[in-house]
Amino acid sequence: MDQASLFSLLSFGPDGWGMRFVEGLVVTVEVSVSAYAVSLVLGLIGASAKLSSSKIARGIADIYTTLVRALPELLLLLLIYFSGADAIKFVLSLISEDFEDFEVDPFAAAVAALGFIGGAYMTEVMRGAILSIPNGQIEAAKASGMSRFLTLRRVILPQMLRYALPGMGNLWLSATKDSSLISVLGNTQDLLFMGYRASAVTKHYGFFYSVAAILFLAITVISMIVIRLLEARLNRGYK
Amino acid sequence: MDESLSFFLSIAPTLLAAVPVTLTLTFFSALIGNTLAVPVAVASLSPNPLLRYPSAFYIFVMRGTPLLAQTYLIYYGLGELLPGTWVQKSFLWPYLRDGFWYAIFAFSLNTAGYTGEILRGAIMAVPKGEIEAARAYGFSKGLIFWRVTLPRAIQICLPTMTGETILLLKATSLASLITVWEVMGTARQIQKVTFRVYEPLIAAGLLYIIMVFILTRLMMLVERRINRHRLAPV
Repeated sequence: MDQASLFSLLSFGPDGWGMRFVEGLVVTVEVSVSAYAVSLVLGLIGASAKLSSSKIARGIADIYTTLVRALPELLLLLLIYFSGADAIKFVLSLISEDFEDFEVDPFAAAVAALGFIGGAYMTEVMRGAILSIPNGQIEAAKASGMSRFLTLRRVILPQMLRYALPGMGNLWLSATKDSSLISVLGNTQDLLFMGYRASAVTKHYGFFYSVAAILFLAITVISMIVIRLLEARLNRGYK
Repeated sequence: MDESLSFFLSIAPTLLAAVPVTLTLTFFSALIGNTLAVPVAVASLSPNPLLRYPSAFYIFVMRGTPLLAQTYLIYYGLGELLPGTWVQKSFLWPYLRDGFWYAIFAFSLNTAGYTGEILRGAIMAVPKGEIEAARAYGFSKGLIFWRVTLPRAIQICLPTMTGETILLLKATSLASLITVWEVMGTARQIQKVTFRVYEPLIAAGLLYIIMVFILTRLMMLVERRINRHRLAPV
């Protein structure tokens, strides 16, 4: 098949795959954003636990980050995907028998799994960022009579963002790429899944996987520009 | 619980038999990928734009797209191109029908991109004085690179490389998606045959944890050996 007809396969009409790829791009971004939001929350909890004075909290956080970093993302994704669904079904079955046929939304399960994985790496990034804040500032907040929560909100969070941003930016780029793993779960409609579907139907494997890869590159490029702008903004008080 | 334990024991031999596959995938991808990373890093630091830009673009593409997409592109894309060409008649063909070699190819190219970027930073971090000293001794450009710049750069980036190698070991699990029966693929196969969801995955997870632990220890030994001149004399 010549070049022109290959590209006509990408048209936006009813016969083309163009619109499907745009939909896939949207799903990939949605999954990445949601999973990233989950990992931010888990990262903040994890970092607080690692820096807390409670041995139990530190121990749990250590097990969490060590396990996630030692296990392949694909294995964790499948494990959390299956167990999360079973756990929710079990809880619902305790509440009422009406939920016996309840099916867990694959989107939500995938987001939970990816967020759980990202959260472990986020824990380390945030822990490092909190430790970079000069201790004197926290002492000064305490001396000014700020409560622990107010210190967190007014002193720690705004400043740690500056230290955490390079790591957080890298984790966002990982999140967009890791989101491609959900395509193994079946009918996920994400970008890589569209590449899989389009190439399986048309038999133009090289072409459609390249299209998917180029769209992933586009996400990366746009993200890198945004991260650079954010870094410039957060560092505007220094230099 | 007893029943679960006996199930674990029953699948253990099958899973353990897949460990060498995972390790070979990791070893060859690391070997080829890290070797390719040297020219990638050197080219990305070259004053010649014809070398610098392609290398920077290569690193950008490898780091900017998911490894799974790269693996599919190579496995299915080459699988579409190669049949019907001279390759099909060559001695290579029996190998090229096996996902294993495509997996090594894909992981090596990916590693070359990531390590290339790391090595680039490390080469730039080699103290200038050491290179000037080598030049003062009359070392040729090539000799300076092989005897001073590269060994020092490897020494500088070794801790990062340890992390990268662990990431590579974990990434080889993606080979299961192109029909390579390494640990992850074997676990999924057991899942399908036995209708057990958790046990095969948990057993595979334990194997990965053990492999990561041993690999970390090995890399620590390598680090000690390379930094042995810095250690206090015993």
